[in-house]
Amino acid sequence: MTTHASTAPGVAAGAASADVRQPRRPRGSRLERRRQRWGWLFVTPFLVVFALFLVFPLFYAFGMSLFTSTLATGTTFTGIENYVKAFSDPLFMEGLLRVAAFAIVMIPAQLAVALAAALVLDSLTSWLSKLSRLLIFVPYAIPVVIGALMWSFLYSPKFGPSATIFSAVGLPTPDFLASDTVFGSLVNIVTWQWSGYYMVVIYAALRSIDPSIYEAARIDGANGWQTASRIKLPMISSSMVMVITFALIGTLQFFTEPVVLRNIAQGAIDAAYTPNMYAYSLAFSYSQFNYASAIAFSLGALVFAGSYLFLFLTRKQSGLK
Amino acid sequence: MKSKLIAVGGTVAVAAAALTGCSAGESSATECTNEIVNAEATQVSVWAWYPAFEQVVDLFNETHDDVQICWTNAGQGNDEYTKFSTALEAGSGAPDVIMLESEVLSSFSIRDGLVDLTEYGAADVQGDYTEGAWKDVSSGDAVYAIPVDGGPMGMLYRQDILDEYGIAAPTTWDEFAAAAQTLKDAGAPGVLADFPTNGRAYNQALFAQAGSVPFEYDNANPTEIGIDVNDDGSKKVLSYWNDLVQKGLVATDDAFTADYNTKLVDGSYAIYVAAAWGPGYLGGLSDADSDAVWRAAPVPQWDAANPVQINWGGSTFAVTSQAKDKEAAAVVAKEVFGTEEAWKIGIEEAALFPLWKPILESDYFRDLEYPFFGGQQINKDVFLEAAAGYTGFTFSPFQNYAYDQLTEELYAMVQGEKESDQALDDLQASLEAYASEQGFTLK
Repeated sequence: MTTHASTAPGVAAGAASADVRQPRRPRGSRLERRRQRWGWLFVTPFLVVFALFLVFPLFYAFGMSLFTSTLATGTTFTGIENYVKAFSDPLFMEGLLRVAAFAIVMIPAQLAVALAAALVLDSLTSWLSKLSRLLIFVPYAIPVVIGALMWSFLYSPKFGPSATIFSAVGLPTPDFLASDTVFGSLVNIVTWQWSGYYMVVIYAALRSIDPSIYEAARIDGANGWQTASRIKLPMISSSMVMVITFALIGTLQFFTEPVVLRNIAQGAIDAAYTPNMYAYSLAFSYSQFNYASAIAFSLGALVFAGSYLFLFLTRKQSGLK
Repeated sequence: MKSKLIAVGGTVAVAAAALTGCSAGESSATECTNEIVNAEATQVSVWAWYPAFEQVVDLFNETHDDVQICWTNAGQGNDEYTKFSTALEAGSGAPDVIMLESEVLSSFSIRDGLVDLTEYGAADVQGDYTEGAWKDVSSGDAVYAIPVDGGPMGMLYRQDILDEYGIAAPTTWDEFAAAAQTLKDAGAPGVLADFPTNGRAYNQALFAQAGSVPFEYDNANPTEIGIDVNDDGSKKVLSYWNDLVQKGLVATDDAFTADYNTKLVDGSYAIYVAAAWGPGYLGGLSDADSDAVWRAAPVPQWDAANPVQINWGGSTFAVTSQAKDKEAAAVVAKEVFGTEEAWKIGIEEAALFPLWKPILESDYFRDLEYPFFGGQQINKDVFLEAAAGYTGFTFSPFQNYAYDQLTEELYAMVQGEKESDQALDDLQASLEAYASEQGFTLK
């Protein structure tokens, strides 16, 4: 930081543009300094908690990931070797491809349901629409684990309703937990659970649009469909970007639902089904805490890069320029 | 200025108090599920998940003046192991004495998590256990736990279903396959049995019956391991089951799920190849057929002339390396299930199969009649013989990984993606690769 003594002559030189370039407020006043101190005081509790529960564990985990501990030979410092291993580990790579596939299928599915529901609800004003809004949102209020458990019972050939339903129409009962159907079963659970939440976010954005714009559109002869696609959609694009970002991060960190379903389908959902599950099994089933940290960090970096890239590409829509 | 300093100090103090709030919880290790009878005595913390264990703990505390058990149920099987494993990694938080299945002992002893009990009088109680049971808890000269209950295997079957289709209880695996075919040909609603791909120790036991010795491992030489999971015995067993699976003669439902539990007791499977704790497991399930007639028989054999007995599960008490008073902890491990009174609770309330010889060889246990089996003396008929014939088993120090891999390979096989031989060869390759990666030398 430059001292005031050295900047003062610059200002004295009379260059007005210098002031624009360096809009630093004069910090000489004692009052100002004291206020700064108070500011620090107010953020200290947060900073302490932040450092202790986020920054420190992050550094600790990163430190762990630089060591290799094997069952037979103990712990040695290996630098980035764990990361090299992670990115050539077929289990980790398969997991990444799988969550990428989930992202491609699951995010559009959730978005389509949420958007359709929000647009319909936005153009209705009866008590029925309020009730529907609540009902669509309800799955989100159910804890993820409970929701997944519930679905695992619905999918069960013994307890679930599928046997009754399918035999009533004379079809064989599908196995929702076989290796080729479990993907769809998981997409269904997540879509069921999260669409309502995204619907509420989109709906709130729709409500904040000035109704006089619709009026103007109607006068110009726009029908309902055109109003929705030409006016409403572009105007809520920043909310859409936010929703997709949430969904993207959530999908890349896919964990809870497959873990719960794994209890009843251990063959179809293996221990490394998603990268997060792989890190979890490595640490807590196979005692490879160091390698698990490396996997977790690699995943974290990819999630960060993925969401950053997405936000960068959509900076125009989201207004984050 | 002074008042401001005080304000600063106050804020920091509040923050500090909020932060230490969680560390104050560490003393909760002394909060026991049971009541301590003798408050002055040394307390030994114990993790265990036996049913009706509180009664056993109370009995121990009432009869010991110098040592008291402080018991917590930290979860069953893997749930508890995960906590223990994390405590080992963290360096604190483990109990003094822990209930472990014999199959995971090596996994924890290799991480220096368990105390060698030879220094704490393990030899004093060695005579109370069979050779096979003792082999399960020892590695070389070291003894890492005291055996508690075992899982000698037998065959539990639905007499009513077999009678309905005119099938005699199979005594060999050939008869078993023929029975499965008969049942299917007769159009029975259920199948003869289940072949769970996540059977883990169960599948391993089936292989062991045909002579499979999957691991060679000795703690005296902890960096060397022998792996042989694709031997001829295992291949014979697996191709037998794969044949039954592909013909649709047995089910391939995952074990230990709600579906499986229901099918065990509603007649979907006519036969449950089970361990001695199986009857207790069945008795605890709901939705059972009210008119079911269960009977027990010895496990089917490959060669009826040379029967081979096998074991599935069984648990032990080990002293952890974090135990504060190892002497007292060893006393607990040795004596908690070292009385007839404790075992009467264990047998009658928790349906455990004792490995402690004084009760194992007693007339009481031999002649015990089980109402679930219509008064059949299942110990005399089946399980005592199975227990006596068991010679012990060696597990790998990465058993959890080995089981997960086994499940994956078996699943691929029943899905028709692989032949049984290929599945076992792939398992061998993946375990060898893992062992090398973990720094072991392959024998």
